[in-house]
Order: sequence, then structure tokens, then C-alpha cells
Amino acid sequence: MKITFPHMGNLSLTAETLLKGIGLEVIVPPACSKKTLSLGVQHSPEFACLPLKINLGNYLEAYELGADTALMVGGIGPCRIGYYGAIQQEILRDLGIQMELIVLEPPDAHPRELWDKIRRLKKVSWKRVLEAIYLAWHKTRVMDLLEEKALILRAREANKGSIDQLLGEARLQLERTAKIAQIKWLGQDYLSQIESIKLDEERQTVKILLVGEIYTVLEPFVNLNLEKQLNSLGVEVLRPLFLSSWINEHLLGGILNIEGTKKARELAKPFLNSFVGGHGRETVGCSVQYAKRGIDGIIQIAPLTCMPEIVAHSVLPKVTEKYDVPTLTLYVDEQTGEAGLLTRLEAFADLVRYRQRRLKKNENHVFGY
Amino acid sequence: MKTMFLGIDVGSVSTNLVLLDREGNLVAKTYLRTKGRPIATIQEGLAQLAEKWQDTVKIEGVGTTGSARHLAAVLVGADIVKNEITAHAIAASELVHGVQTVLEIGGQDSKLIIIRDGVVTDFAMNTVCAAGTGSFLDQQAGRLGLPIEEFGNLALRAKNPVRIAGRCTVFAESDMIHKQQMGHRLEDIIAGLCQALVRNFLSNLGKGKEILAPIVFQGGVAANAGIREAFRVALQSEIIVPDQYDVMGAVGMAILAREEWLKGNTTSFKGFDCAGYHFRQSGFECQDCPNGCEVIQIEQDQAVIARWGDRCGKWSGLKAVGTGA
Repeated sequence: MKITFPHMGNLSLTAETLLKGIGLEVIVPPACSKKTLSLGVQHSPEFACLPLKINLGNYLEAYELGADTALMVGGIGPCRIGYYGAIQQEILRDLGIQMELIVLEPPDAHPRELWDKIRRLKKVSWKRVLEAIYLAWHKTRVMDLLEEKALILRAREANKGSIDQLLGEARLQLERTAKIAQIKWLGQDYLSQIESIKLDEERQTVKILLVGEIYTVLEPFVNLNLEKQLNSLGVEVLRPLFLSSWINEHLLGGILNIEGTKKARELAKPFLNSFVGGHGRETVGCSVQYAKRGIDGIIQIAPLTCMPEIVAHSVLPKVTEKYDVPTLTLYVDEQTGEAGLLTRLEAFADLVRYRQRRLKKNENHVFGY
Repeated sequence: MKTMFLGIDVGSVSTNLVLLDREGNLVAKTYLRTKGRPIATIQEGLAQLAEKWQDTVKIEGVGTTGSARHLAAVLVGADIVKNEITAHAIAASELVHGVQTVLEIGGQDSKLIIIRDGVVTDFAMNTVCAAGTGSFLDQQAGRLGLPIEEFGNLALRAKNPVRIAGRCTVFAESDMIHKQQMGHRLEDIIAGLCQALVRNFLSNLGKGKEILAPIVFQGGVAANAGIREAFRVALQSEIIVPDQYDVMGAVGMAILAREEWLKGNTTSFKGFDCAGYHFRQSGFECQDCPNGCEVIQIEQDQAVIARWGDRCGKWSGLKAVGTGA
């Protein structure tokens, strides 16, 4: 069996480590590209959202490299991702492609099922499974912590590209190692390297919270490098959604004490009181949580036609009104043009900056008298 | 020599250049059709201004906006480059005191900008659909054999505007043809179309936004009396169309260029002579990864002055290559 999985940001680091760890032969699909997109779009129903199309492109590209089995997440609730696995399997079958899709249901809904499926893939000892999880977890966490720091500092880096280079190196090193101690050391080493990068101290930055549907938030190909674009406009990006926090909350039952979105779900009340699928409630809750801490703006991103985020979108104006934080909602699909996106980001960054300047001016007035 | 500031707005349909004096008064403007040839059009606009002003005016600041803002900036040597939304908002709040809402409909996009106390607090721009923008009106006027200038006035003569499906440009057209074939009067159909476009604008962009007076309507489509009237009825409010409605983006950029000058920055304007420079644009598809980015490069007298279009930054980072400087 040669197993593959769809891309989503740094997920490939996690998945490759985990699957290789339990002794499987893994085929990592080529990074998402225009080719992936065209392959996916060509064979998908038009009104499905973007994740289905790009996932499919990933499988097809991995198939060309010899993969015969693919992992996909399942899900319950209003988000359509829950039945995408089944649709993708049908599409592959119609195309005459011999590839089995294994759908992993979230363990918080069906405890044990995930673990049973992993064990069914390969008859290995529990110990080995746990070790693989442990290793994959540490790599993911380190990568996320580095990225979290980069999202802030890249807004002021003096030499464009220096942080990205470090991130790329770190990622390669993490892929190569299988020792927990070295992973931890790499994490500290690269974190301090990123922190000591030369910054443009003069540059005035603003803080923007990035929320929305997890796939579009995490996969830079899909969001047209949204975070980097924002950083280069002098925007520090705060992002509550990380793969590691998601894993902690949904796969590990939240046993680790790292900040996730649990609190945010409570804070979504009274704006949004029920689970609307996907990360709709987290979008609203995180907006409230971060607005209270003090941010200059909120950007919400989702695939076009994403129902949970449409619900959140319609609730966000109330949050804006109460906490006086401007929001911008972006929907992306295969038609999204980079120029249009950039125009909106620039305009939003201007808006946030002018507001910030005015607020500061008002403060000066108060204290000046 | 009088000190002046140049604002350039290169959009999908029109290319506008304006000159503002030190006090911020509009001294000159040109409005040209881009016709898909931005470089030639920018040069033509500059040449027109140069003919009249070259000997008496010193340009101390240049700002560019519009979809070809980066191209224009490279060609003429701009001091500030901004997106259309900011440019339009700046111009509106400078020209119309206390403006709270800006409606802007251009060639291929439409915007709704909310301003409070002189600062943009919210905006929306058409996303997946360009129904109701200038290009569509142009096309319909052409189909009906009417000059675009008379199109809107005709709508004002309507007695019973018919309901047109305005959600989608193609369906709007089929619906209009259908209504014509049913025997409805032309002015009623055109008035119906104006209402449909305004309905579409407000439901697409206006959702959840508080549209308060004073309301400014600008962009090329503001010339259309039928659309103006439809907005007035739909919003139950007076609609202000500034004299410079068709060049507001350029005006906004000239204002910003003037601000840069007031801050003490010196201009990088290449001079009116760049109207005569030989610019060449070429493109190639980068084969280094599966993204296959289409990289554009701009040459001035055989030296590459800018490159863009790549995702990874490897080409756009090579800006200075070959300038021979």
C-alpha cells in the first residue's frame, strides 16, 4: 500500500511523520499548484467548495506518483466536508482510478474509530502508534510556533524573504529528524534566529486577526499567500487557528495546555449560540476574544459558498458594532484573481491605519489639554 | 514655474490624468479610453498635458491608482501608489464636506465606501460578478444603437419602468430583449434596467452597511442620469455628483502626492518627456515550478525597469537587472 493525503498548509509534515512512523509507504503529493487546481476543478462538481476540488487534485497528482490509498477527513454537522470523502471516492471510481479513500471520522464524535482505522492500515503495536503520534505532534507544534512568530515579525523584516528562508530551512530539518530532543532543539534554535532577524524599527504596523474556514486559512496556495501579502503591507497577523491546536482539541481531547479555540466558542455567545458547522462559531468567538484584547481589524476568509462562514459573516457586523473593530470578508474559489484580492487587502490596511492614526490623534487631544 | 501635482488613474475602461495646484484646485484633466493599451494611453495623456503645461508647470509629486497603478508608477516615476478604494475615498472627502457614503461605479467594478468623520470605516467591492458596471451599460447602449451619453436621459422619460432581472448581465440582456419583443417602450426598459442595476448594487454591496447622507456618487457611470435617479429613489436621499466625478481616483492620488510633498519628500517623476520614451512590455511563463507564473517585464529603452507576476518573488526581486545604471 502506498498512502497519500491532501495538502493543507503544514499538514504534510504531520501526516508524513505519522504515517511513516507506523511503517507505511507514504507518497506526499506535489505542493498545490495551478496544475493541482485545474485537475481538481476539471473533475469536480462546480458548486462544491474549493477544498473538495484541490483535495481531488492532490489525489490525482499523488496517483501519478504511484499512490493507491488516500486519507481524507470526515465530519459531522452542517459543513459539507463530512461527505466529501464519499464524493471524491465516487469521482475517482468514475475516472477509473484505482484508489481507495479512507475517511477518518473525528474522534470527538466517534472515539476509537480513528485509532481502529489507523491500526487497520497497518498491524502495529499500540506503542508504535503512540510513538508516531508523539513525534508528529512535536514537529507540528514546533512548526506552528515558528510560523506564529513569523506572522508578527515578517511585517517589519528589513530584508524581505529572510524569515521565509529560515522557515523553509526549519521545515526541511524537521522533515529529516526523528528525535524528540532534536526537534525541541531545532524549535528553540530557529525561534531565536527568527527573533533576532533585522527589523525595520521605523515601520508602523497594525494588528489584524485572521479567522475563517480552516482550510482556506491554513493553505497558502488557496488564500493566495494572504498572510505574506498582509505582512508585506505592514500588517501583523494574529491567527488563532493552527494545525497543532486543532489536533490538540479534536484528536487529543484537549489534554495539552495550549491556547485553542475552546474559550472562543463560549465567547461567541450571545452573537452566535449554536454550532453552525466548520469553524463558524470559532470565527465569531475569536473575533470577540481578540477584539477585547485590542486589535485593529479582522479578516475573515472562506471558500465561496461555505455555509458555516456565511452564517458567521452575517453575525460579524454586530461584533464590529459592539467592539468597534472593522472587518473584511474574503471568499475564494478557482476564479479568485490576485489583483482583486490585493486591492481589497491594500484598501483594508489603509482603512485600519487611518483609523488607528485618528484614534491616536484623539487620545493626544485628551491628554494634550 | 508653478508647482503642481499629477494624479493618474488607469482603469479597465478609462485612463485619467489630472493636475492639481498647491492649493488643491483642479487645473487640468484628461479622460481617455484605455482600450486595452495602458502604456500608450498613459503616454498619450501625458503628451496632452505636456503640450499645454510643460513650459509653465513644475510637477512636485505624482500618485497613481487603478488596476494598472503599478505599471503607471514604473512608467512615470510615481511617489505614491494606492488602491482605487483609498483614492476615491480621499477625493470624495476632500471635495464634499462631511461625506458619509461614496457610491462608485467604474468600467468593471463597483464600490461602496462608508466614511465617518473623514475616515473610511467600511467598504465593499463587487466580487464574483460585474453586472451593473459601466462596461455593461456601454454594451447595452451599443446594442440599442444609442449614444451612451443619451442612455440615462432616456430613462428619465419613462412612465412605467418595467422590472428587469438584474442579477446577471447575461440574463439582464435576455430579459431586456424579451421585454422589447413584448412591445414595452424603450425608455421604460432602460429605466427598468437602471433600477435593476441599483437594486443589484445595493443588495450585493450594501448588505449590512449603514448608508447615510451626504451620499456622493462618482465614477464614469455617475454621468448616467437614469442610474442617479434610481439611486435617489432607492436610498430616499439626495445624491451628490461632484464636478470631477469621472476623474475622482486621479484627483485622490494628486491630493496624496501633494501630502507627500508637504511632508518634505522630493518627487521621482521622470518628467513629461517620458511620454516619448520607448517602453516595451514582454512576458514569459516561468517554468521553474508547476505554478507556471506569467511574468511580465517592462523595458525602457532596452533596459528592464520592472518585473512582476511571480508568486515566489524571484523575478520581481530582480528589479534592477539590466538598467545599466
